Parts: sequence; structure tokens; C-alpha cells
Amino acid sequence: MWELNIHEYQGKEILAKNGVSVPKGNVAFTVEEAVEGAKQLGGDVWVVKAQIHAGGRGKAGGVKVAKSLEEVKSYSESILGSTLVTHQTGPEGKEVKRLLIEEGCRIKKEYYIGLVLDRATSRIVMMASEEGGTEIEEIAEHQPEKIFKEVVDPIVGLTAFQARRLAFSINIPAKQINKAVSFMTGLYQVFVEKDCSIAEINPLVLTEEGDIMALDAKLNFDSNALYRHPDIVAYRDLEEEDPKELEASKYDLSYIALNGNIGCMVNGAGLAMATMDIVKHYGGEPANFLDVGGGATPEKVTEAFKIILSDQNVKGIFVNIFGGIMKCDVIATGIVEAAKQVSLNVPLVVRLEGTNVELGKQILQESSIDIIAAESMADGAEKIVAAVQEGK
Amino acid sequence: MSVFINKETRVLVQGITGKTALFHTQQMLEYGTNIVAGTSPGKGGSEVEGVPVFNTVQEAVAATNATASVIYVPAKFAADAILEAVDAELELVICITEHIPVLDMVKVKRYMEGKKTRLVGPNCPGVITPEECKIGIMPGYIHKKGHVGVVSRSGTLTYEAVHQLTQEGIGQSTAVGIGGDPVNGTDFIDTLKAFNEDDDTYAVIMIGEIGGTAEEEAARWIKDNMKKPVVGFIGGRTAPPGKRMGHAGAIISGGKGTADEKISVLNECGIKVAETPAVMGATLIEVLKEQSLYEKCKTH
Repeated sequence: MWELNIHEYQGKEILAKNGVSVPKGNVAFTVEEAVEGAKQLGGDVWVVKAQIHAGGRGKAGGVKVAKSLEEVKSYSESILGSTLVTHQTGPEGKEVKRLLIEEGCRIKKEYYIGLVLDRATSRIVMMASEEGGTEIEEIAEHQPEKIFKEVVDPIVGLTAFQARRLAFSINIPAKQINKAVSFMTGLYQVFVEKDCSIAEINPLVLTEEGDIMALDAKLNFDSNALYRHPDIVAYRDLEEEDPKELEASKYDLSYIALNGNIGCMVNGAGLAMATMDIVKHYGGEPANFLDVGGGATPEKVTEAFKIILSDQNVKGIFVNIFGGIMKCDVIATGIVEAAKQVSLNVPLVVRLEGTNVELGKQILQESSIDIIAAESMADGAEKIVAAVQEGK
Repeated sequence: MSVFINKETRVLVQGITGKTALFHTQQMLEYGTNIVAGTSPGKGGSEVEGVPVFNTVQEAVAATNATASVIYVPAKFAADAILEAVDAELELVICITEHIPVLDMVKVKRYMEGKKTRLVGPNCPGVITPEECKIGIMPGYIHKKGHVGVVSRSGTLTYEAVHQLTQEGIGQSTAVGIGGDPVNGTDFIDTLKAFNEDDDTYAVIMIGEIGGTAEEEAARWIKDNMKKPVVGFIGGRTAPPGKRMGHAGAIISGGKGTADEKISVLNECGIKVAETPAVMGATLIEVLKEQSLYEKCKTH
């Protein structure tokens, strides 16, 4: 996990607490709570919004406008518990377990506001566009002239004049400029105070009543900074995360499940990606990306092994280690321990090189584990692909 | 000659009493690195492996004339450690620490504007000039003195490339790991410029990965400025889009920063790209032979 994703209603809660305007709303875990939430809000129009960690919910049928409490009830019944498939969920979709019931608002115009890190300048950039409701990547591709940017100096933060310049550029009416400026500067404050990695308001709306508010909110957080934000950690919804990835994150392992059958255990993100590349080059399919990191202990290596083996598709394992900060003997000890704890019934190819390599090789040789030793990463990739094919 | 560091470099280890720092201080000393000082707040006046320890970087520099520092302190304190080294006007700071919050690095970069210090990293393996000076966590034994410069965003892939070269008898002038974070100090172009001006570097391997556009920018710079042959490799060809593979930099979104896009830009700029990570060395050797540089680079 390199970025913490939270639900829309949670993002809006953070914004509201920090004086950034959002529509009033209530979260609901059941249909009864949804109806209660709507009653409490009052009015005669509500929006029922599925809360999952993925965009494209509207198109998938996860957002409905209700004009009566009966409609709130029936939409909630149909959306809660259903599985939404959007362009971000993958074909298996995501089950809806939470709803946001929000007061309806009369939209006059939609805009886009986003804050991201610009790697080229090493600064935070605020982007704004008049083409609200459309994905920013799409605007960037087809109408790049409609995106306006302000690069923020971290010493002074997003200044009022920069926000004003953006607001005028995207044609926010003169009367609402001050509201837009305070929205933008408030959003920037949240971004830096909470260590966001992305803050996207799409759409930002101007209502018929002349208010400026965030109709949707996507906030992600830099996981390296979570140690200083216990309030954000509390928003984490474990049910939205892949169980194997979740297990791996407990041990500081970077694991991503893929569709192949060759489990990979590597140190270093670059080498881990390159290992997937070379497995594929020799005709195999990687089952995962796994970087054990630099500070792993034998216990973490053992856990990494168990996680790889918990994937039913895995028909062979390729361990590719080039020790630097990670020592080969640590990896070897972890493998030996893992083999004691779980039955290893698939071929295992190990390539060790780098810091303490002789010690690592010795530990493996002295163990009784059936290991196919590899001399290089190409040799290892060829051997694991061959071993998996033979096993079929 | 070499780039960034050589046998004259006087090294200070920030956070020298930490477990990782201690292990790598021993390894660096064994390699022959000239470590003149360490810091560890509260432990000033003591010694580690015969190296004097100071409370602050300023004191350490005043007492020992250290010219470069290496940072092993935990992520929470690493940004401050960089600031302290910059404030003490060290020529070079190499930050090994991974997991530094991005916004901390945004501030560090702003603070460094107009200052004399060069930062390498964070989240990097360090820099090595073989048989002269090793600053970082790379295994020393795989390196060999020679004439090929190596620059990479990935630590372990740097080792892989260096190892392949050494096995073929091709030594390295300097290997620089610039780190995998989205906000870092020295970039590809800074390093390529240094290699271009270094009389002892005859050719360069540049190792990139998916995410961002640094490789494309470097490729264009090479096309316009580089007087020496460069061979490339891009990791992450088979990475699924939208998934982040460890390095915060390595995310593909909206069709930007994919391996295929990068490889095609590199090719357009006349840079030969290794087909797999296993042939980075072999691809460089092919190019050396084409340019009649092989004999000059081969160690006899």
C-alpha cells in the first residue's frame, strides 16, 4: 500500500471540518439508516450514492436522484449489496456496503479542481478546468487548452491571487470569485495538512443559489506520512482492499496480485518489475509483484512466502535476490523457516547474489529443501518457466 | 577521474549509531571509503569503528572537513537530516532512507534552491567509484574500476547491470543510484552531464522504469548533447496499468509513462534499449564494439 484511499463521504467529512464547502449528507450501512438519513436532512430531493473505492460509479448505476423518501428506500435497496462494475474495479466489480445520502442541489455549472504533485517541478500544482464532470485525463488529451495550472511555492502555499487567477480562467462568475478562492485555498490547506497524494474535486459545482461546493471528492493520502495522521488511518476500510495485499502490508511487504502462475519474491521494486518482465520474456506469467524491501527480517520473508503460496494459481516460485541493504542470509533463513511451516509442493528456483551471498547459499545447501539453484536472473527465469511447464 | 566521488572524498555518516548505518559503515570502511566522521545526537564524543561521533553535522564538518554525507536515519527524521547537511554546506549528500513523505521532500527541494549542496536520493543505493570510494549500501565486490558510467532509478537493477559488466571484464567509472521517489535530488540529466564531462567515462548505461517522463527528457537531452554512447533499459514492461509497483514513481496512468512509450522515445533518440534485464551488459558491449570502444573499456 503506497497510498491510502478513502470513501467519498469520509473525504467530504474532512473537507467540511476544514471549512471547505460540501453538500450536507449522511452515511448509511442499511436501508433503514438511508431513509433516516434522508429524513434528517429534510428537503424533497436526495442523492443516493454508492460508496466504493473506485470512480465511474454514476455510469455503473451507483448514483441515483430520489424525489421522495420511497425512492430513497427503493434505490437504497437496489444499490446496497449490489456489485458495481466500473472502469476502475476490474471485471469482478465491487460490492456496495455503504451509501452516502446527500441533499440534492440545483446545479448551474460544473467545474474541475485538482491538486497533484508535479514531478517535473517538485511542487504541488493546482489544476482547474471549466469542463467539470469529465475525467481530467480525457480533457488533457482532447482539450489541453482548457486546463489551467498554478504551481505552488511550499513556503507561501497557494496564494489568493493564484486562486483568483484560476477562478477567472475557468469563468467562475465575478460574484462567486471570493467563494471559489476560499474553496481552493481551503482545499490546498487540507492537502498539505493531511499529506494528501491527490485531491480531486470533480465536479465542483456552482448552484442556482450561488454557492460553490464539492459535489464529489477524491482524497488519497501518502502512506509514508500516515504515522503522523491517526485520524486518517481510522478512515481505512479494510474490506475495500485485496486480502493478500492487506496481509502483505502488515509485514511491510509490497505485494500486488496478478493473474499468472509463477510466484515471484524479489528485493527492490525495480528488480521486482524486471523479474516479472523476464519471466514473461521466457513465456511464463507472473502471479504477483512482491518486493520484500530492504529492511526485511527472516520472519517477514517467511510471511512473504506464505502469502505467495496462499494464491491457488501458483505452480512455481522464483526467488530473485540481489542483496544490497538486504542480506542474502536473511532471505535464506526466511525460506528455510517458511518451508518448515508450510508444505512446499511446487518447484522453487532461487537466485542469490550480493551482500552475504556465500552465507546465504550455505544456509540453503545445509537445509533439506528441494531447490533449483540459478546462476543469473535469465537462468532462473528459464528454469522456473520450464519447471512449471513440466509440472502441468 | 570519475563523477561525484573519488578517493579524496571525506565522508560523514549521519545517524552512524543505527543498526543499518553501523553495518554499512563497516562495509564502506572495508571497501576503503575515507569515513572521517559520524553524527548521532547525544552521542557526541564517542567513537564507532574508530570513527569520531559528533552531535551535529556542523560540528563534524568543522572538526574533520567532511565533504560528503550519507544518511541512514529513519524516514521520520530523514528530511531534517538532509536540511542539516545542506545547512552545513556539504558538497554532496546521499540519502539512502526510503519512505520519506513526499511533502517533506517538496520542502527540502525548495530549501535547497540556490544552495551549493548536491543531493542524491532519497530511496537510493548510493554512489560508488569502484576501488576508490563506496557511499551507500551496494555490495562492493561486484564492482570493477573502469570506464562505463551507470545511472539508475532502481538500486537492485543497478547491481544487476554492474554485475553483468564486471563478469564480462568491463569496469565502471562511477555507478549512481538516483532513487525511485517522485521527488528526488540529482536526476538522470544531471548525472549524464557529469558523465559527459568525465574524461574517464567512455559510455553509459541508463536504467529507467515506468512512471513519469524523466527517461524521455533524458533521451532528448542525450540526443542533443551527449558525446558518448548510451544504452538503456526500462523496467516494468509487463506491469499492469494503474497499479503502483513499489517505487512511488512507478505508476502508469492515462497512457503516460508506460515502458513501450519510453522505449520508443529512447529508440528515436538513437539509444539502444536492452530487450531484457539480463542483457543490459551484453547490449552495451555490442554498442562498444560498434563504436570501436570495446578494447578501451575491457580490462586486461
